[in-house]
Amino acid sequence: MSHANVSIATPQPVGVMESSPFSIPSKKLVMWLFIVSDAVTFTAVLFAYGYLRNATPNWPHPFRFSPSIINVMVMTFILVTSSFTMLLGVRAAKEGNKSKAILWTFVTVAAGLVFALLHIREWMGLIGEGVRLFQNPWGSGLFGASFFSVTGLHLLHVIGGVAVLTVVALGYKRGRYNSDDLEIWGLYWHFVDLVWMFVVPFVYLLNITRAS
Amino acid sequence: MKTAEEHKTGGITKYFVVYLAILVIAGLQIVIAYQNIDPSQMIFRMFALAAIQAGLAIMFFMHLWTEKRVLMLTLAFATIFVITTMNMIWTDSFRLLGGVPFAKYQ
Repeated sequence: MSHANVSIATPQPVGVMESSPFSIPSKKLVMWLFIVSDAVTFTAVLFAYGYLRNATPNWPHPFRFSPSIINVMVMTFILVTSSFTMLLGVRAAKEGNKSKAILWTFVTVAAGLVFALLHIREWMGLIGEGVRLFQNPWGSGLFGASFFSVTGLHLLHVIGGVAVLTVVALGYKRGRYNSDDLEIWGLYWHFVDLVWMFVVPFVYLLNITRAS
Repeated sequence: MKTAEEHKTGGITKYFVVYLAILVIAGLQIVIAYQNIDPSQMIFRMFALAAIQAGLAIMFFMHLWTEKRVLMLTLAFATIFVITTMNMIWTDSFRLLGGVPFAKYQ
């Protein structure tokens, strides 16, 4: 094909843009697509965990009511509450109440930090009992690898969310970001909460210690 | 009908009820975990409750319910389709039931 046959497109006038896909801002759509891909990633990790658990006869059941399940209950309460405070922050931002929006976002950040600390304490307890990536005192060595993979990936998301929400809240305070940015990262935080709703039953509650 | 933006302001009663419902379901999962029921039933109940929790969070906390239906359908179809196709691994996971090959287990 010769260059002479190539037609040159008429340039669009400045300011004329394609309409927003699905009637939402493009960056919000990008966050939704990220959430879909991350949901599939977590599903793959949880499926790998389930596969190993099914295929391994001596799978350990190390989670006693105290301290593990009580700790999980407190962690769940904190994370779900942080999702609610994030919602309050976004609503305040949409109403134009900047100080309230920043306050609720930092409450969310604080709750995320407490969750992460409780999670690390849970890990330290298990490590103290002898759980390592490929060995533990109770049964299949694969337990540690899969447990730390699932919960570690989630913990990484929580820590990442805490960092990003801090940056966005400070940027929102200085006028660099707007209520849409807060809403978009709020979606991410709700997703982190949502993943925990599947981690708790499948990783903890199906592996509780039962009195024999 | 309210727009998605209007839903993000106004009263919070509905969202507080959703928040409480999610916490109650989390409590219910712990109660079920300590019941002596068949493992497959246990998994089914846990999954069903987790799916309800997730549905409430997606529809209300993430406001997907008030966005355009086509967005909700696109995201739901893509996610559910991929996750469903991943379920092919389960049959292979039962090769070593009870520590012996499946054929000898029965």
